[in-house]
Amino acid sequence: MLASERDQLKTEIWEMARKYDHHRSGLMPVLQHVQRKYRYISPEAMQESAGAFHIHPVEVYGVVSFYSFLSTKPKGKFIIRLCRTISCEMTGKAVIARQLENDLGITFGETTKDGMFTLEYTNCLGMCDSGPALLVNDEIYTEVTPESVADIIESYVRKFGASVTEEKKHE
Amino acid sequence: MTTKNSDTTNDIATKNSGSNHDNDRSPIAQRKFRMPEIMDAKDHGTSVKIVIDDNEMEVPFGTTILDAARLMNIKIPTLCHHEDLCVAGVCRICVIEIEGQRNLQASCSYPITQPMKIHTYSARVRKARRHILDLMLKHHYGECYSCIRNNNCELQSLAKEHGVDFYRFGHITAPKHQVDRSSYSVVRDMNKCILCRRCVRTCIDLQEVGVLEAVNRGNKTEIVTFMNMPLGDVVCINCGQCINRCPVSALHANDPRNEIWAAIDDPSKHVIIQTAPSPRAAIGECFGRPAGQSYTRQLNTALRRCGFDKVFDTNFTADLTIMEEATELLVRLEKALVDGDKKVVLPQFTSCSPGWVKFLEHFYPDMIDHLSSCKSPQQMFGALLKTWYAEKAGIDPKDIVTVALMPCSAKKFECNRPEMHDSGFKDVDYGLTAREMAGMIHEAALDLPNLPPSDFDNPVGEASGAGLIFGASGGVMEAALRTAVEIVTGVKTENIFENLEIMPVRGFEGIRYYEIPITQTAKVPAILSKALKAKSFDFLKGATLKVAVVHGTANARRVMEDIKAGGKFSHCHFIEFMACPGGCLGGGGQPIPTSPEIRKARARAIYSEDRSLGLRKSHENPSVIKIYKEFLKGGPCGYESHHLLHTHYLKRGSKIV
Repeated sequence: MLASERDQLKTEIWEMARKYDHHRSGLMPVLQHVQRKYRYISPEAMQESAGAFHIHPVEVYGVVSFYSFLSTKPKGKFIIRLCRTISCEMTGKAVIARQLENDLGITFGETTKDGMFTLEYTNCLGMCDSGPALLVNDEIYTEVTPESVADIIESYVRKFGASVTEEKKHE
Repeated sequence: MTTKNSDTTNDIATKNSGSNHDNDRSPIAQRKFRMPEIMDAKDHGTSVKIVIDDNEMEVPFGTTILDAARLMNIKIPTLCHHEDLCVAGVCRICVIEIEGQRNLQASCSYPITQPMKIHTYSARVRKARRHILDLMLKHHYGECYSCIRNNNCELQSLAKEHGVDFYRFGHITAPKHQVDRSSYSVVRDMNKCILCRRCVRTCIDLQEVGVLEAVNRGNKTEIVTFMNMPLGDVVCINCGQCINRCPVSALHANDPRNEIWAAIDDPSKHVIIQTAPSPRAAIGECFGRPAGQSYTRQLNTALRRCGFDKVFDTNFTADLTIMEEATELLVRLEKALVDGDKKVVLPQFTSCSPGWVKFLEHFYPDMIDHLSSCKSPQQMFGALLKTWYAEKAGIDPKDIVTVALMPCSAKKFECNRPEMHDSGFKDVDYGLTAREMAGMIHEAALDLPNLPPSDFDNPVGEASGAGLIFGASGGVMEAALRTAVEIVTGVKTENIFENLEIMPVRGFEGIRYYEIPITQTAKVPAILSKALKAKSFDFLKGATLKVAVVHGTANARRVMEDIKAGGKFSHCHFIEFMACPGGCLGGGGQPIPTSPEIRKARARAIYSEDRSLGLRKSHENPSVIKIYKEFLKGGPCGYESHHLLHTHYLKRGSKIV
């Protein structure tokens, strides 16, 4: 990481932490922000957050490792999370999985070389009545068919450069 | 001359937090959000009638079932529970059945809020406990007889108590993790870990160092360091408190026994051991004796029979430490008061505890100038053995192997510090913990408590009681005061403090503060004439000597924050810091288990041994006087002692990556 980037990260974390009075309950929003913006939470970011909330870096690491939407390794711009729970399994999750792997050229848990897509499994998305379901960043797709997989991916490829992960305003 | 004791421990907690009890170990940022703990059972107001296994009792509202059962002398097995740590309720081995409830409850974390009937060993409870143990054993790799904690393992004794005779759910046959041997002090073998999180609570809550934490979740949970880095690379102060609290051998000290046996068996090597006071007061526990009995002189015999060529007393260099440290303090005071030197940093911190030294280097690197430049007694001894003793005994220092029996795992790191080579060789070759020493004595088939007593070897056989009490929290301060007060005022310390017992600095309170007004002064004694410019201590007349005693790094953090904020402790002159709760006697190299009661018993043993000695002040030790005459000719803080007995520190900082 460049020195200037590190400084920027540091400022961001400390400014957000100040909003939460440096109380540890503000850790999650900060980590979510870092995850959204940098697509992963680097060891530097964990240490910086620990400093800002007066806790230990290893505690932050514990939090990051606990939540599957936070990650310690860089993720793609678009994270495709396919539901692996029983209803989706019964409505044909396996075919969708194969299609996704084929179209993206990666297996589950991997990121495409251009850093665009990450493929992952997730647990129940609550869309059991209209499976198979998948999540691309914050957008949900239901009743996905092998044919629509290509359309979904294509729509994101066209959005290249545009960020769908635009940050919500924090009050 | 009058002495004044102010009970002030609470001030600092109040100042930072708004809550006013000094047991609060939560990080500073969280303290204002904590509810005060109820310290007295009477404060609960109501009481509840309960029945445990047909025994009726009335307990205060909110008492946990485990505590209530212990009050009735009913044993409930525990594993993740520890007296020093907060309640976790994760291992579930303490489950009990409450009549009318569908589920079993963990007794350690279930507060009694209504009348209830409890069964502690019903069929359901026994079956559940058995299954919990079976599940733990499934992932607990290894065999008991190749384990360092064999016969002293809580999981093993639970399995025995519950009649585990086969692995119901199978048993892991290959190790999953590599053993982390990167630290000089602590070995981390996660194959043994049963996820009780005692180490996590010790490191984060008790010591506030924060090395270990549980990461991931569910069946993927592991206890790891930051980013799973090797223990040698993270901010670990090597205090070893996690070792003392680990129920199995997932954390254990780096064991140098084989190297030491090899040195003993090598006829060309002259193997010397120095023994510290705390392990002598605790080693009996490894031989089935109750805590609180010193086996100093029996241990001397045992060590000779093990094959050590010489057995010396670390208390001798503890006396030297007092001379050096007290002189350093007087020099600092003279510079500040007489010369008006603004660069002099006060308060002076003690530097005997290597865990505390590393803690300061990591967390308060810009305050290392406060640390006394004196080495710890262990390192002073090592440096003297390979110079002065080698010359005196006519032995080539390269053939001398020095071993230090210490209550401490951080001493293993300290003797490996690169700056500890002032004798031209590695000053102390091996640090040995009390547990490992007991192992060596067991291996030599000696029954320590029943051995004939014998004395330490000369030429450094004499040591004072002041050096001995270094083992207890407050001991360094008491020893320093015994010497400093007498030197400065010219009044015999025993005329000021009855029986030479400076009670206000003793005890187990986390932070203790004490003031001594100096009403009369004496001439500077000849031994200090080289270190000090003044001819008499008149510059201290009318001043008040302010000292503090701190043990446990959580308390140390509190005091350091106070000093940084310019609070009361920043006006102190001398502060004793010990990394471990209770001081050295609660050290990370002491026999397992540890609890407040055990630590109190060990302190009693040390103080009663001190009372039985004739020589109880460091500056009256004839061996100390002799060594300043013969070898360290510049006197305390002189040229020779600066070369051999003093050191410098590193600004490590707390950044890991």
